[in-house]
Amino acid sequence: MHTITLSFIDWLIILVYFAAVIAIGYYLKKFMGTKEDFFEAGRRNSAWVAGIAFVSANLGALEILGWTGGTMKYGMFVSHFYWIGAIPAMLFLGIYMMPFYYSSKIHSIPGYLRLRFNEPTRVLNAISFAVMTVLMSGINLYLMALVFYVILGWNLNLSIWVSAAVIGVYITFGGLLSAIFTEIIQFFLIWFGLFLVSVLGIVELGGLDNILKTLPERMSGLWSTAANASSNEMGVTWVGIVLGLGFVLSFGYWTTDFLLVQRAFSAKDLDSARKTPIYASFFKMALPFIVVIGGLVAWKLQDLGQLQLLSHPISGGAWNDTALPVLIARYFPTGLAGLGITALLAGFMAGQAGNVSAFNTVFTYDIYRALFKKDATDQHLIYVGRVVTIVGVFLSILTAYAAMRFNTIMDYIQAIFSWVNAPLFATMLLGMFWARCTSAGAFWGLILGMVSSFGMFVGINFGWINAAILTFSDKPSDMGNNMWRAWWAWLICFVATIVISLFTKPKPKEELVGLVKGLTAESVSIDEPWYKKPAFIAIVALAILIALNVYFW
Amino acid sequence: MANKKEGLKTIWYFVGIVLTLMGALVMLAAIIDLLSAVPAKTVLANLHPGLWWGGLMILTGVIYLLKNKGKVVK
Repeated sequence: MHTITLSFIDWLIILVYFAAVIAIGYYLKKFMGTKEDFFEAGRRNSAWVAGIAFVSANLGALEILGWTGGTMKYGMFVSHFYWIGAIPAMLFLGIYMMPFYYSSKIHSIPGYLRLRFNEPTRVLNAISFAVMTVLMSGINLYLMALVFYVILGWNLNLSIWVSAAVIGVYITFGGLLSAIFTEIIQFFLIWFGLFLVSVLGIVELGGLDNILKTLPERMSGLWSTAANASSNEMGVTWVGIVLGLGFVLSFGYWTTDFLLVQRAFSAKDLDSARKTPIYASFFKMALPFIVVIGGLVAWKLQDLGQLQLLSHPISGGAWNDTALPVLIARYFPTGLAGLGITALLAGFMAGQAGNVSAFNTVFTYDIYRALFKKDATDQHLIYVGRVVTIVGVFLSILTAYAAMRFNTIMDYIQAIFSWVNAPLFATMLLGMFWARCTSAGAFWGLILGMVSSFGMFVGINFGWINAAILTFSDKPSDMGNNMWRAWWAWLICFVATIVISLFTKPKPKEELVGLVKGLTAESVSIDEPWYKKPAFIAIVALAILIALNVYFW
Repeated sequence: MANKKEGLKTIWYFVGIVLTLMGALVMLAAIIDLLSAVPAKTVLANLHPGLWWGGLMILTGVIYLLKNKGKVVK
């Protein structure tokens, strides 16, 4: 079944990667003196380090494989997930939200919810985040094993246990700093290991224009086919893209998901923290040059009858996620093949490490310390963090085996983001920008938003709810369903929070200083030239975003 | 930062090490292919991508190594 045969040198390259991440973890262990060192990487990173880690935490191999395959199905529409579905939210986080996050000296997003609202809101979010994170880590682990089984013939159990053990070792040693260091190495490996696939594909097919002009119209534009849901493969209109993806899903993910925001918390000062997502936005915008171009190359070769996707080991159908590995097998000789596989391996492992490091922080600070031991010392918290790391890795392994046994649970777990993050964004938005928002409003609004999102997901999947009513489309794709469900969950949480807040007692304004806009002194950027200020860099990013959308309209 | 006996090396230094080592292995594999009587069967193998891509990785890695040698994070 497998398509790539590794040589001795390829194995050596993989070995160098494993040795490097374990050695780095071991090296960092001696710098873990305080809880800030372990859980916040000592708050000493530059904006560049934190920025690359920020984008890398999102850059798992599943994302790369999934969207390369997704491009074969949806065409250029996939770029929306990298451009309008990411950049505005990242810039908003850097410019408007980071001052509240960073200045309040919180350790986590649930920590902000405690300061702004109350303990129950914090614990509700901490538990839902911890469960979501560990389940996602397990799914990631299982799919990694499945991909390597299909393309290389590796044993599923061995892949799961070896990668989980390595992650467990280096996070236990160096905490968040280990995760960040390996994420940066992963970032370089992904560019060096996978970008060449796009380059060679373009060379073979005679240029990008040659590929684009042969794409069916339904797949070739970003906005030109978005007026009508039936005109594009995703089955969604521009309204769904803007409201569901560009606003709710994107802002919900990029501004409130602690896995990402934790990287910005590791920055050395507020200015660096604000620049973290802004710098990251440039790297995010560049990723379609690997993912979308790779997918277009695979689509074109398949159209020419020169490429055959591998079969899914369970469904038996052509598996789009294997597009990139098939291209690696096509273009990469010995040495480069090892590099390409290492890039995928690094992507998978860094993705899991990100989940595990976010899980150990939220569990230790927002569940363990909040509920069981408020007076814990630094050393005790680091000890708990290490134990929780190991527990998190084992829970991921259990989830991986559960997914292997009951394959359909993966659909549920992958939809968790819109259950948790979409409503949370409404809570955060109101919390940061509306002083009248009350603790009761936030708590019950969040619960209503999460329950309604879950209800819509189950209702559509079991045919109890007609998807056309929610999506304004007769044939919405799963993506279209996701976008609209996120929008409705956000709206329900937003409206419920406002209504409940108007009937309940708000916190005194003096308790909200530093947490709510209007009650907080505007942060003054450190003395630096205009072209280095976060606002100017964000405007440059926005200009590039607009130019890309116009060019590929 | 207790127990700290030395400064923390910057991540860019480690990036330099990894890129240099991996680039050298990629280039070595390409040279072996070049000298082999049986050419690689991959598409566009005639462009010897491993050779120049491995070279680019070594160059990038060495630049990172030299620029960050001895640097520590404050």
